[in-house]
Amino acid sequence: MAQPSSCAQSSNGVADESPNMLVYRKMEDIIARMQDEKNGIPIRTVKSFLSKIPSVFSGSDIVQWMQKNLNIEDQVEALHLGTLMAAHGYFFPISDHVLTLKEDGTFYRFQTPYFWPSNCWEPENTDYAVYLCKRTMQNKARLELADYEAESLARLQRAFARKWEFIFMQAEAQAKVDKKRDKIERKILDSQERAFWDVHRPVPGCVNTTEADIKKSSRMKQPHKTRKIQHCQEQLDRHRLKMSKVAESLLSFAEQYLEYDPFFTTPEPSNPWISDDVTSWELEACKEAGQQRVKRWAFCFDEVMKDPVGREQFLKFLESEFSSENLRFWLAVQELKKRPIREVPTRVQEIWEEFLAPGAPSAINVDSRSYDKTTQNIKDPGRYAFQDAQEHIYKLMKSDSYSRFIRSSAYQELLQAKKKKSKNLF
Amino acid sequence: MCDQTFLAITFGPCDNCSQNKPLMNIYLKNEPINYCSLCVELMACQGLAKGETTNTLKAESESLKAKLEEERAKLHDVELHQVAEKIDALGQFVMKTRRTLKGHGNKVLCMDWCRDKRRIVSSSQDGKVIVWDAYTTNKEHAVTMPCTWVMACAYAPSGCAVACGGLDNKCSVYPLSLDKNENLAAKKKSVAMHTNYLSSCSFTNSDMQILTSSGDGTCALWDVESGQLLQSFHGHSADVLSLDLAPSETGNTFVSGGCDKKANVWDMRSGQNVQSFETHESDINNVKYYPSGDAFATGSDDATCRLYDLRADREVAIYSKDSIIFGASSVDFSLSGRLLFAGYNDYTINVWDVLKGTRVAILFGHENRVSTVRVSPDGTAFCSGSWDNTLRIWA
Repeated sequence: MAQPSSCAQSSNGVADESPNMLVYRKMEDIIARMQDEKNGIPIRTVKSFLSKIPSVFSGSDIVQWMQKNLNIEDQVEALHLGTLMAAHGYFFPISDHVLTLKEDGTFYRFQTPYFWPSNCWEPENTDYAVYLCKRTMQNKARLELADYEAESLARLQRAFARKWEFIFMQAEAQAKVDKKRDKIERKILDSQERAFWDVHRPVPGCVNTTEADIKKSSRMKQPHKTRKIQHCQEQLDRHRLKMSKVAESLLSFAEQYLEYDPFFTTPEPSNPWISDDVTSWELEACKEAGQQRVKRWAFCFDEVMKDPVGREQFLKFLESEFSSENLRFWLAVQELKKRPIREVPTRVQEIWEEFLAPGAPSAINVDSRSYDKTTQNIKDPGRYAFQDAQEHIYKLMKSDSYSRFIRSSAYQELLQAKKKKSKNLF
Repeated sequence: MCDQTFLAITFGPCDNCSQNKPLMNIYLKNEPINYCSLCVELMACQGLAKGETTNTLKAESESLKAKLEEERAKLHDVELHQVAEKIDALGQFVMKTRRTLKGHGNKVLCMDWCRDKRRIVSSSQDGKVIVWDAYTTNKEHAVTMPCTWVMACAYAPSGCAVACGGLDNKCSVYPLSLDKNENLAAKKKSVAMHTNYLSSCSFTNSDMQILTSSGDGTCALWDVESGQLLQSFHGHSADVLSLDLAPSETGNTFVSGGCDKKANVWDMRSGQNVQSFETHESDINNVKYYPSGDAFATGSDDATCRLYDLRADREVAIYSKDSIIFGASSVDFSLSGRLLFAGYNDYTINVWDVLKGTRVAILFGHENRVSTVRVSPDGTAFCSGSWDNTLRIWA
């Protein structure tokens, strides 16, 4: 019989468990509660024709128990969770290879802890071969191989042709041991073994729940580094906001943008994915901004800078105030950071000549500290050569020009403009 | 105590013990030295002042941590969901699958939207990377990578290229040509090189830079044209699984999450870890910024999603339910930040009310784990990719 591989038992207990084990433990907790004598699912032996069906419960028993004990209001959800637990092999339908949960009178049985997936089973094909071979030696109708099993057996016979004698011997030995068992015990064990293989060699088309995410299989861990202390000390000095303020801010942001969120406010004229009509995308792409879009620019400075049309309008406004060099400088530095590293030194020089050098054609006004730093930086030009100057200019535009822009007649006119009519498409 | 500012892996004789080992190139008082990792650790211990041992340092670190938690707790005067009681509860949402994209032959691991709001790129376990027009469900380009498990893919801001990588430990960029017959693989450009799998990649605001995260525990910023490493980010003590760039125009930060259960916020210019959060009980699979850039959400194998605010410097909400026991693999916000879409390993997508902390809807449809969830650039829909080999567009 296949053996469970040795699972790394961590000395830290839960703390170092792999993510798979976390889920297994949670499912096993639920199973333990389901098996509780007082509050669990009633397990019984059912009489059928001339025989007894031992140790079963019905699908509807499971669903009802889950809804009551796991705080699940929705029946569909309970069915789904139950199906997942069955797919992992914690309980199984006694007369079906497909591990799913149905809410009716179908009978289910619990899996024995020996076969639980948390034991890190990785059964080999030779084990499967022994199992299928053993099944063919048992002359009971209920143990006949399903089509896919017969196919698998044929395949394995070809693959292991050389050691088939050995496999056959193992199957014989196991069958012998089984025969000696009590009839009822045999029924239960046979079904549990079959359910085990339904998990590890699922019916074609069914999900193989033993498939793992490759990222989780080899986990790297580095030892604790003493640099943490310095980091913690820096963190202590941080300025923090009160929760009440933060909560208000999150609430007001969501409220402000609710009308722009297509999940709450249908876009004009419709959501393309729902109506199969791309008009709203075409409207968005055209240069004229509708009222709703213009309104956003007043939310915060970032909104104007994010929208290409907004930037254009803001630039026009600054030109009227003869301070457009600020925005042009800011845009040039943004563009610089997006260029390949090879182009950076040349671009830095060009920006310096245009905006900051003595006698520059588009001279900008920066504080002396930033100016000195920038002068130093351009000697060894990098992408962040103008960072201080750029931040200074941004603050200047935000606190000064931006508020005038929002109050300007140009902006107000755009805001009052009639909502753009949607095109008639034929 | 030396200041480890840059870490790279080369192989050769150690400057200290002379043995041939993998070397760490570090700077000691501005002088470059090459020590093997054992000698680096020994040197760190030698940096201990008299009377200190690794135990006393550990105790000091623990007490500082406790102090930090104390400071954070002082400003915790109310819970987010309590303040949110005054706003209306959300009504019923009708969200359905509007498109199903079939074509991958194996698990879909990652996807990304193009800025044109309708095209997407997706990657899968069998090494295939496909570019689709999700609106028409037509496949426009397909590339076969030389490796399996392509866990990361990203669309360039211009829409003219895609980046992808996975078990090959690299991130490669493919320019997309208009000529459908052209062999994309021929134009492939290798950009990033890590020492373990590539878990996530993202273009910054430009086609010229890519940010990557890897199973080797680091994140890195690369110049696409030259393949040069511009900045590396060290601080995670296990695989980094996800990263997200801050949405601001002036933004220069990004957040990452990993198997060390930590979410770290980084300054792209200095490479410094500026903020760190550790409240999850298992791997953080995915991180996403709140649209305002002031907060971010995480999805974890501990079956919860959490919201962390950068100004409060703490976790401000947990999204969980007793009936949700499988890990959350991927999260994303709706445009207003009011909704959080989370894909889980139990094949479902749960939609959460971010402010009230309640679940608004549960979406069934996928037949295996949901591995990736992304909202479209204009927020009109979101796309989910799954181990059932399909992608679905929901609206």
